[in-house]
Amino acid sequence: MGKVAIIGVGQSAFVRSYPGSIRELAFEGFREAIQDAQITTREIDASIICSAPEYDKQRSPAGVFAEYLGLNPQPTFYVESLCSSSSMGLRQAYALIKSGLHKIVAVIGFQKMSEISSSESQERMGRGADIQWESPFGTMMPAYYAMYARAHMQKYGTTPEDLARIRVKAATYGQINDRAVYRKPVGLEMFVDPENRMSGPVASPLRVGDCCANADGSSCLIVANEEMAKALSPKPVWILGLGAASASVNLAGRDLFTGLTVARQASRQAYQMAGVGPPDIDVAEVHDCFTIAEMMAYEDLGFAEPGGGKELIRSQATYREGSIPVNVDGGLLSKGHPIGATGGSQIRTIVLQLREEADAMQVPSPEIGLVHNIGGVGLYGNVSILGRA
Amino acid sequence: MGSIKEMDDRFKKFGTVSFTSTTKINDFIDYLENGQVMGTRCKVCGLVFFPPRADCYQCLASNMEWFEVAGRGQLVTYSKLEFAPVGFQEDVPYCIALVDYGDYKVFGRIAGDVPEGDIQIGMEVKTVVNRVANEQFNYVFQKA
Ligand SMILES: [Zn+2]
Repeated sequence: MGKVAIIGVGQSAFVRSYPGSIRELAFEGFREAIQDAQITTREIDASIICSAPEYDKQRSPAGVFAEYLGLNPQPTFYVESLCSSSSMGLRQAYALIKSGLHKIVAVIGFQKMSEISSSESQERMGRGADIQWESPFGTMMPAYYAMYARAHMQKYGTTPEDLARIRVKAATYGQINDRAVYRKPVGLEMFVDPENRMSGPVASPLRVGDCCANADGSSCLIVANEEMAKALSPKPVWILGLGAASASVNLAGRDLFTGLTVARQASRQAYQMAGVGPPDIDVAEVHDCFTIAEMMAYEDLGFAEPGGGKELIRSQATYREGSIPVNVDGGLLSKGHPIGATGGSQIRTIVLQLREEADAMQVPSPEIGLVHNIGGVGLYGNVSILGRA
Repeated sequence: MGSIKEMDDRFKKFGTVSFTSTTKINDFIDYLENGQVMGTRCKVCGLVFFPPRADCYQCLASNMEWFEVAGRGQLVTYSKLEFAPVGFQEDVPYCIALVDYGDYKVFGRIAGDVPEGDIQIGMEVKTVVNRVANEQFNYVFQKA
C-alpha cells in the first residue's frame, strides 16, 4: 500500500451571503481544486460531499453536486460530522484510496448558512447538541464554549484579555486573506470599550469579538494514491497522520471542561501515525470557532502544557514569526465558518503553506503541518498531519 | 380491536421549548409534575444515569429503576446568555450550568433569582423543579 496525497485544493471566497445556489457555490471550490491539480473532471473516481444538513434545503446534495460538477456516473455520497465534516471527508477519501477501491477522490465541503436568520441558525446549531436534554434549556454554541472558557479561566487564570489576544492575531492575518469574510483590524482596546461591538456580551465570558461569524462558502480537496500523485503533481502534499475521536454529546457525560478530549485523542493518534510530535509541527490550523477553542487547542495538541496556552499567545509564539504559527490565514474568526467547508479550507491553507504558495501568509519553509478541526462542542474531533515528503 | 392507541407525548412538556415528545422515559415528566427530578439506575448492573435513559450501554439491559436527584451538587461551570435561540428570547438573560453530583452530572439552568455575583464555580447547589410558561416544566439549580 502506497502513500496518499492531496494534489489539488480550492475554496470559494467566504462571504456573508452567497448570491447563488449551493451547486454554484460548490462549483467555485471544485473548479479551483481541479485547475490546481491540473487534471480533468473525468479523472475523479468518486466524490464525497460534506456539510451539516440542518442548513440544507436540498435533501441529499451529493447527487445534485455530482450532476452539476460532471461527476456522474462515479459514486458520490454525503459525510456529516457538524463543523468537522470535510476533515471527516478527507478521512473517508484516505480509506477509499488506501483500500485500492479508488485512485482519485474529490472531497467537497460546502455550507450556505445565509438562507436562515442568525438566531435561527444558532438554534439549529444548538440542535447539534442534545435536543432531548439540553436544547429545552435554550442552549447555543457560544454558551457551551463559554462554559469551557469559564472553567479554563477558573483553573488556569486565563483572562478575557488573553482570549482577545487570539482575536487580535486572527485579524492580523484576516486582513491579508482575500478569501476571509472579516478583514478589518482588531485591537485589544476594542474589547474594553463598551461602545465597541467587539466588547458586546454574547454568553459570558465570551463577547462578540470572541466568536466567529457565519458564512457561506465551499472548499475542495483532490486526494490521490501515490502512483497518481507522483505522475500528476509537481508538489504533492502527503497525508502523514490522521486521528479522529468522539465524546458524549451531553456535557453531563463529560469529565474535562478545560480542554477537549476529542482533540487530545485525535492528535495522539495522528502524531503516532505520522511518527512525529508537537515540536515537529511547523505550521498549524486549529478550529477557532471561538477564541477559547484556539486556546484549548494549543494545549490539547501539545504546543503548550495544560494551562500554558495563555503564555503562547502572550509571547506571540503562534504568530507567523513565532515558534509555532497558528491560523496565519486568519482562522475561522476572520475567514468565517461555513460549517461543511471549514475543514477543507483549513487543509487548503496547510497545503499551500507546505507548497510555499501562501503569499503574504507564508511561514518560512515548513515541512510538516497540522489541521485540528472540531465538530460541535468537542463532540467530534479530527486531526490531520500533512507533510512535504 | 381497532382502537386507536393514544400517543404518549408527555415529554413535549419539558423545557421552554421541547424538541422531543415520544420517549420511553416519559415518566420523568410525571415525576417533575410531582416536584421530583429523577435519574435512572440499571437494575442489572447498577450503572447510574442522568439524564435518565431506558437502556443500559454497559450490560445492554432495558430494566431501569428511578432514583431522585437529591442533596447537594457542585457547580462545575456556567455561562450567562445575553442572546437566545428562537423560542427562548423572552427568557434572556439566563445562565446555563453543569452540576456534579459525584456519580453523575446534571445540565440545566441556574435559578433566575440567584444574583450573578453569587455564582461561583465549586459552589454547592440543589436541583429543583421549576414551572415555566405554558404549563411547561424544567429544573433549575438553587444555592444549597
Ligand atoms: Zn446495566
